[in-house]
Amino acid sequence: MGEAAKTVIFEIERQNSTDESSYWEKFELPYRANMNVISALMEIRRNPVNMDGKKTTPVNWDMNCLEEVCGACSMVINGKARQSCTALVDQLEQPIRLQPMRTFPVVRDLIVDRSRMFDSLKKVKAWVPIDGTHDLGEGPRMPERKRQWAYELSKCMTCGVCLEACPNVNDKSDFIGAAPLSQVRLMNAHPTGSMNRDERLNAIMGEGGLADCGNSQNCVESCPKGIPLTTSIAALNRDVSIQMFRNFFGSDHMVD
Amino acid sequence: MDNNREFLMRRLHSLLGVIPIGLFLTQHLIVNHFATQGVEAFNQAAHFMANLPFVIFLEIFVIYLPLMYHAFYGLYIAFTAKNNPGHYSYMRNLLFVAQRYTGVFLVVFIAWHIFETRFQVAIGAGEADFNMMENILSNPLMFAFYVVGVLSATFHFANGLWSFLVTWGVTVSAKAQRYSTYFTLLVFIVLSIIGIRALFAFI
Repeated sequence: MGEAAKTVIFEIERQNSTDESSYWEKFELPYRANMNVISALMEIRRNPVNMDGKKTTPVNWDMNCLEEVCGACSMVINGKARQSCTALVDQLEQPIRLQPMRTFPVVRDLIVDRSRMFDSLKKVKAWVPIDGTHDLGEGPRMPERKRQWAYELSKCMTCGVCLEACPNVNDKSDFIGAAPLSQVRLMNAHPTGSMNRDERLNAIMGEGGLADCGNSQNCVESCPKGIPLTTSIAALNRDVSIQMFRNFFGSDHMVD
Repeated sequence: MDNNREFLMRRLHSLLGVIPIGLFLTQHLIVNHFATQGVEAFNQAAHFMANLPFVIFLEIFVIYLPLMYHAFYGLYIAFTAKNNPGHYSYMRNLLFVAQRYTGVFLVVFIAWHIFETRFQVAIGAGEADFNMMENILSNPLMFAFYVVGVLSATFHFANGLWSFLVTWGVTVSAKAQRYSTYFTLLVFIVLSIIGIRALFAFI
């Protein structure tokens, strides 16, 4: 090509362990066609030398599927939370700034501990209880059109981007965020799951639940899977309004 | 069911914002609008409102208590948010931030407004009439303060009405929420015109 070799500059917010303070480190790497943030991080790992020419420790990050279905490689890229596997260098403004999703405890560098999301899923009972002491047989059938709709909600990979983008999920609040709430809607839509819908609705009426949503709608704008999170939240608001009256005035309908 | 106090408090906050506070705001701005028909019309309307039967109970249960709950719990809500309009500059997020800023400003504005008007009447230092407002608004700084106050109130009510509809599960789909954005925008514009016209009638 004759021109001076093209390079890519990365600024990475690093941190050695959860309790230590963070620092920024710059890296300059040779440009390759179609490179993404992960391939750049792999290049840094192969040759961990920063922009000052000093040898440093390789940058730590998490990854797994490399095709935006696992959520492990989520991080804040140029200010926005997203997956690094689908963040193409050609589409990013340089220098490319990488930061960990600080809504979660940082384990090291770009790796965060997303355990709180899994704890939230347990709290809201985001599963379909099917175990019995005997064979319970098949559950009720689900209409095909409903299955197709529910499939969209099931695409959630618990990546944590919606929590990172939410102004109400922070260290001052217990809000569990959009992802586990949408899972309540998914499980309540399931024909067998709906047999316990009141338990889930009561769970999200608890501390840090649905009511903490402030409708900034960053979640639905940020969700990499395009899940209609704010529609789920509003639909749950409707369900919970009814559940609230049932709880308060009493009802002989426990479920539906 | 054991620990849903926060849920009920948030729902109460949402409900009180519209009923009665939003309704009272609308009524207040409409009564103010009498000022555009002259001193006599405004004084007559103000006199009627100030002499409603059981007016002190109406004030306590329709205005003071709901307003105080909404204000103080609202401050708590506003200060537990970590606003991020810089990187996530979507329309709804900007409105989310504006809702919190106007809310905090309104606590200051309304406290000052009540001190300057209703409180002065209560201690016998004045009468709530055209004259009183004319005196207050003759100061250009005060006039600007009132314009910002009225616009903050109409915005906070209109945008709050939008989230009220979401919070109670009325507008669920993205389409319904988009249409309610248009509707609440109209509420904001209409109430703002009524409110600002009344302010200009005093100068």
